[in-house]
Amino acid sequence: MRYLPHTEEEIASMLRVVGTEDLDGLFSPVPPDCKMGTALDLPDALTEWELGAFMNGLAATMATSPAYKIFMGGGSYEHYIPESVSYLLGRSEFSTAYTPYQPEISQGTLQAIYEYQTLTARLLGMEVANASMYDGASALAEALLMAIRITKRKRVALSPLIHPHYRAVVRTYLGPGGHELVELPSLENGRTDISGLAGMDDLAAVAIQSPNFFGCIENLKAAGEAIHEAGALFIASFTEPLAYGLFKNPGCQGADIVCGEGQSLGIPRSFGGPGLGMFTCRMKHVRNMPGRLVGKTADRDGRAGFVLTLATREQHIRREKANSNICTNNSLCALASAMYLASVGGTGIRDLASLNYDKTEYLKRGLRGVGCTVPFDSSTFNEFVVEFPKGFKDTYSRLLEKRIVAGIILGNWYPELPNHSLLCVTETTTKEDMDELIREVGS
Amino acid sequence: MKEPQGTSGLIFNEPLLWEKGKEGRIGFSMPRRDVVPSPVDEGLAGDGPDFPDLSEVDVVRHYTRLSQWNFGVDTGMYPLGSCTMKYNPKINERQAALPGFADAHPLLPAELSQGALELMWHLERYLAEITGMDAVTLQPAAGAHGELTGMLIVHAYHTGRGSRRSKILVPDTAHGTNPASAALCGFSSVAVRSDERGIIPPEAVAAVMDEDTAGIMITNPNTLGLFEENIREIADIVHAKGGLVYGDGANMNAVMGIVQMGKIGFDVMHLNLHKTFSTPHGGGGPGSGPVCVKDFLAPLLPVPRVVHSEEGYRLSEAFPESIGRLHAFHGNFGVLLKAFCYIMSMGGGGLKRASQLAVLNANYIKENLEETLYLPYKRPCMHECVFSDKLQETEKITTLDMAKRLMDYGFHPPTIYFPLVVHGAMMIEPTETESKEDIDRFIEAIRAIATEARDNPDLLREAPARPKVRRLDETAAARKPCLTG
Repeated sequence: MRYLPHTEEEIASMLRVVGTEDLDGLFSPVPPDCKMGTALDLPDALTEWELGAFMNGLAATMATSPAYKIFMGGGSYEHYIPESVSYLLGRSEFSTAYTPYQPEISQGTLQAIYEYQTLTARLLGMEVANASMYDGASALAEALLMAIRITKRKRVALSPLIHPHYRAVVRTYLGPGGHELVELPSLENGRTDISGLAGMDDLAAVAIQSPNFFGCIENLKAAGEAIHEAGALFIASFTEPLAYGLFKNPGCQGADIVCGEGQSLGIPRSFGGPGLGMFTCRMKHVRNMPGRLVGKTADRDGRAGFVLTLATREQHIRREKANSNICTNNSLCALASAMYLASVGGTGIRDLASLNYDKTEYLKRGLRGVGCTVPFDSSTFNEFVVEFPKGFKDTYSRLLEKRIVAGIILGNWYPELPNHSLLCVTETTTKEDMDELIREVGS
Repeated sequence: MKEPQGTSGLIFNEPLLWEKGKEGRIGFSMPRRDVVPSPVDEGLAGDGPDFPDLSEVDVVRHYTRLSQWNFGVDTGMYPLGSCTMKYNPKINERQAALPGFADAHPLLPAELSQGALELMWHLERYLAEITGMDAVTLQPAAGAHGELTGMLIVHAYHTGRGSRRSKILVPDTAHGTNPASAALCGFSSVAVRSDERGIIPPEAVAAVMDEDTAGIMITNPNTLGLFEENIREIADIVHAKGGLVYGDGANMNAVMGIVQMGKIGFDVMHLNLHKTFSTPHGGGGPGSGPVCVKDFLAPLLPVPRVVHSEEGYRLSEAFPESIGRLHAFHGNFGVLLKAFCYIMSMGGGGLKRASQLAVLNANYIKENLEETLYLPYKRPCMHECVFSDKLQETEKITTLDMAKRLMDYGFHPPTIYFPLVVHGAMMIEPTETESKEDIDRFIEAIRAIATEARDNPDLLREAPARPKVRRLDETAAARKPCLTG
């Protein structure tokens, strides 16, 4: 086996040093009644070439562009990833290292994560970002737990227009702790209804996603004022951070914690993971923050360098009193997003976000023109809800046969939207693709 | 002593990203604008983030230089105990990058995603076989996430039986994440002390196990690298009081094909695919922490689950007793895929061989260094061995000093000051992918460092001398945190 370097002679000489006759003898501390009597029942080992052929076969069954036109978002987005990002990310000095516990030989990872923290804080308009969480869903759950720690209250409120899977993860995380979850109503314009907050004075936090699950941009400023009026912390969540290239970020609108999914920023969809949990807060709350942090310091000669810091918040020091149990995070994905943001740049991200917005508006107009209804009139980014005319299911199936996936069916999550689909457009969607969809829906 | 492997090549300084670039540069090929601009609501529009503008060359040089300041498994031996820094096969990166997988949307209809679902279904079966368990969830994104999932299952099991239990037993040889994961489920940890042999005595468990205790979290082999020999008896004690036995599988690399945890008393356990199953650690993630359970706990596993029928594979949420969802989608599929490829490349025999050689390498190091470093538990170890700095105390040389000096010799230091039961611990896990000559070099380096500790201790106190920076001031970093630039 090419990953196992030992020759038979080496094994024999090492066994002599250890004082054991054969490899089985190494397991003398394992009681006989704990040992397997048989061999593992697994397939025979494949050669590198057989494995390649097998995986090609599995991959070939998957529907991806360009063979399919896939108008799906819902927390996982198709964006172009520069080849330079994929190439740099493949540098094994980054990928085959672990958590930078030994800073002197991990300065590459440490400076890169410090830069990631900085770019993330700037993108979201916040003061401090951590080194990453698993994904947008666990980041939201951890944000709510953080707010519960800060306020010492047990009740939190969520917008119903937060990604349904994120809300499900929140329920899983908060369930056993005896926390109470309140779901707010929504408005006819596709935004969260915050009018009921005035009567709630025992909330730890209110979480709102923008752009929300329907793609609508929430009025975060007004929401923040109402939430703070109610004495709760304002958590802003997101699944599509590219929106902040064009729209106001949550930080400048009063959010106390901003967290979400960063997959859009240079990370392939990979059937849903690994993605990137982005997590930011105000500096005054940093000691209640979950996850790792990289900080700037100096070495013995006064040269600038970076280390993991504020570790007393973390599980390996505080054990059961830690802010979170997170240890391994999604560091390499954070690195990918920093490389991506560096490549796109400040000027580029505005242009790219505008292009995404304009393309989405083009499809919206086109579908309206062939008799579709766009039920929510709020501004949207990349995604919008559309009600198909006549026989939704037939249309969806007919389009599937033509290798067009016409968005995400909403009825399972929102029964009040039975004939509705959540469509997504990005810079990767061409005018021709959109024209084809418009033509097919209208026919 | 041969010439040390560590040397100072030409290392470049590199400023922070935003100290580079010029406004108007770009490192991204902007797609063609084939639609007209649309008006944006002025009340919602923002100014965009304050990012630098860089060319592609700026970005490539920046990260290439940064990468050269890093030490990875591909650079050299990385014997970080409990982290299983084994070689990460390159072919698996290619498989993960296949457009069919890398570009796949997670909410594709089942008929359009059969390959990914089939891979997940088979991986679940393979992990069940390796652990001797019956059912598996692939959702948890890392080991600690797996622990949380496991604890939620333990919590739901008791709640489902109408019993509320408030405590969980955690031995002093467990990982630091264990008590933190249990706390998220409202369990308070009760410490169980290991004995003079470094393992848990059954009496210690019997003394604290009661009907208010949900179960026990055991790392086996434990963080001293020792097999918990009393595991069956301990499991019986816990089960007799209605508790469950949770296994932290972080150290599974020692016993693949040797021990099936499901057959020796464990009810639920997690695996770390980024350790045992060779997926790259990524500078701290992404990982993957599947949870394996016995049949009676399978209904509690997170949803969605992959199900298989004559029509093929699909995801199902129809498990009413499930603890719910743990991940936005189906877990870190890109990591799962690499672990699957590893298992397919190794086969059952190859996995067993890997464990045997991992244990051989660790014992070989232990035998060779027993005279040089203090060995608190003089017994055959599994995949890692734990020493301490006790013999160097007279020179006032610490584990930290020796660890830093190892860098000058071209090695990544072991895990230090963990486990907590050994004062000044140095936890060495070579893994099976290190060759005898690299291990011999490591042994030689440790011996040379021990000699230096005696003859020239300042060399150690001033170490490391060769990396780009010297020892960094961590106290100052924490006192006045500078977390963004």
